[in-house]
Amino acid sequence: MKMGDLRLVLVHIRHTNRIFWREPLAAFFTMAFPVMFLVLFGVIFDGEVRGVSFAQFFTPAIAVFAAATATFTNLAIGTAITRDEGILKRVRGTPVPPWIYMSGRILSAVWTAFLAIVLMFALGWILFDFVVVWRNVPAALLVFSVAVATFSALGLAVCSLVKTGTTAPAVANGIILPMAFLSDIFIPLEDAPSWLLVVGDVFPLKHFAAMFGRAFTPPEAAAFMGAGPVLAWDRFAVMAAWLLAGIFITMVFFRWEPRGGK
Amino acid sequence: MSTVIEVEGLFKRYGEVTAVAGVDFAVREGDVVALLGPNGAGKTTLVEMLEGYRQADSGRIEVLGYDPGSAGREFRDRIGIVLQESGIEQNLRVREAVEHYGAAYSCRLPAADLIRLVGLEEKADAKVKTLSGGQKRRLDLALGLVGDPHLVFLDEPTTGFDPSARRKSWEMVEGLTSMGKTILLTTHYLDEAQHLADRVIVLSKGRIVADGTPDSIGVGPPSTTVRFKTADPTSLPRLEAEPSVEQGKVSYQTVRPTALLHQLTGWAVEQGVELEGIEVVRPSLEDAYLSILDEEKGREDG
Repeated sequence: MKMGDLRLVLVHIRHTNRIFWREPLAAFFTMAFPVMFLVLFGVIFDGEVRGVSFAQFFTPAIAVFAAATATFTNLAIGTAITRDEGILKRVRGTPVPPWIYMSGRILSAVWTAFLAIVLMFALGWILFDFVVVWRNVPAALLVFSVAVATFSALGLAVCSLVKTGTTAPAVANGIILPMAFLSDIFIPLEDAPSWLLVVGDVFPLKHFAAMFGRAFTPPEAAAFMGAGPVLAWDRFAVMAAWLLAGIFITMVFFRWEPRGGK
Repeated sequence: MSTVIEVEGLFKRYGEVTAVAGVDFAVREGDVVALLGPNGAGKTTLVEMLEGYRQADSGRIEVLGYDPGSAGREFRDRIGIVLQESGIEQNLRVREAVEHYGAAYSCRLPAADLIRLVGLEEKADAKVKTLSGGQKRRLDLALGLVGDPHLVFLDEPTTGFDPSARRKSWEMVEGLTSMGKTILLTTHYLDEAQHLADRVIVLSKGRIVADGTPDSIGVGPPSTTVRFKTADPTSLPRLEAEPSVEQGKVSYQTVRPTALLHQLTGWAVEQGVELEGIEVVRPSLEDAYLSILDEEKGREDG
């Protein structure tokens, strides 16, 4: 990769960021929604177990949800709308290579996901006594990297399969919201029927949430929050399988021109 | 002068419909060529194959020495495309758009100069969504030129414009011509082709039915009509052409209007006749164009 290409990737990250923050609706759903969940959970589940605040459970879970929204949902909807508007077609007529344009979009979404997690942690810490387990931050970053790659690829896969930007929100939210309920994000699934647990295990979000949550489990809570290693290879394997599926669908079905056009 | 576009035996089908049915032509450097034709004639399909958006079914295309269908970055670095319908990020400001879309070109024109060229100085800090249709089209033009292209594609540059906006756009395109750029434009406005292009290619049903300078296209030499009113159609001079009379109007068809007028006015002064409402009508491109299309239709029906 040449220096000029790297500069062009940065230009596209900055460009996509700028457009994202100027579009109030997308920024609202990505940032304000999880903040709302966090505050509601904090107010409802106000308390602690053996010196560990409840916030220690739900803050990483909501951060995971925010990161999935920032990548999966935003890329699916944002890219489809950009395609509808003919912007992708314009880009294809310029010397910008497709991989640079896509890198710009994906890395901008990843940056938004990172900011969302930092915001959730900061609010959890300020409002509800959430503490960062610094020792596990490198492991958490590794989990984050694989997860955002997976959810970005799946977001672009959804964009590749939907016809227009009008159907994209319904499809993307229709996937991510039920997935969040199956993945221990909004409610613990300890008492759920076992088939529901199996269904959850098939999808990547549960494994992202499980490893990320485990990374922020303080040692004194290990007894009741579950111990074991932070990084679980079987969980990575499920995410990697979805990552490959997302890349494959995108490579085969992605179109730069508006659908229904000539 | 070198050849910029070379097309041979080009075919493109969409299912049952043949959009481009065997097209051959070449464009040399510095030419301003208008592709003229009604909707559905295959103009956009043809141009989009030249731009690299579409693959031909058969035939050969060479643009600036590249095969557009497989060419990449270097090719797109040297062309400028102004599509008929393509969006710009609504929340971007005009200056930001020009700077952003310029970033990928190896050779780019300064944003401020370009904004001045298309007359958007006043709107440089306005968001795209606040621009009028005509202003947005001018920004499109600026984005097509930002990479200082050798070859510019303009797909229906003034469709939907009011007359004054069209004039302004024409002036801009004329500015490009004087910079020596090669331009391929599509239009279904005949006066636009006549005004801007030094060569017109008429497409009908995916085939080229006429190709020449705006003055030369048509069937045979262009004949001019000299017309006036008369009260007495019985006493008319026989000049080099036979007069025809219709609803009290006399008209002569000629390829030498100056000589005919000289004879006609000489006769009128001699006879003391006033040539009421005399007019000289040059054949418009529209007449030529319609007659070409009619002839095509006749050939098919027959």
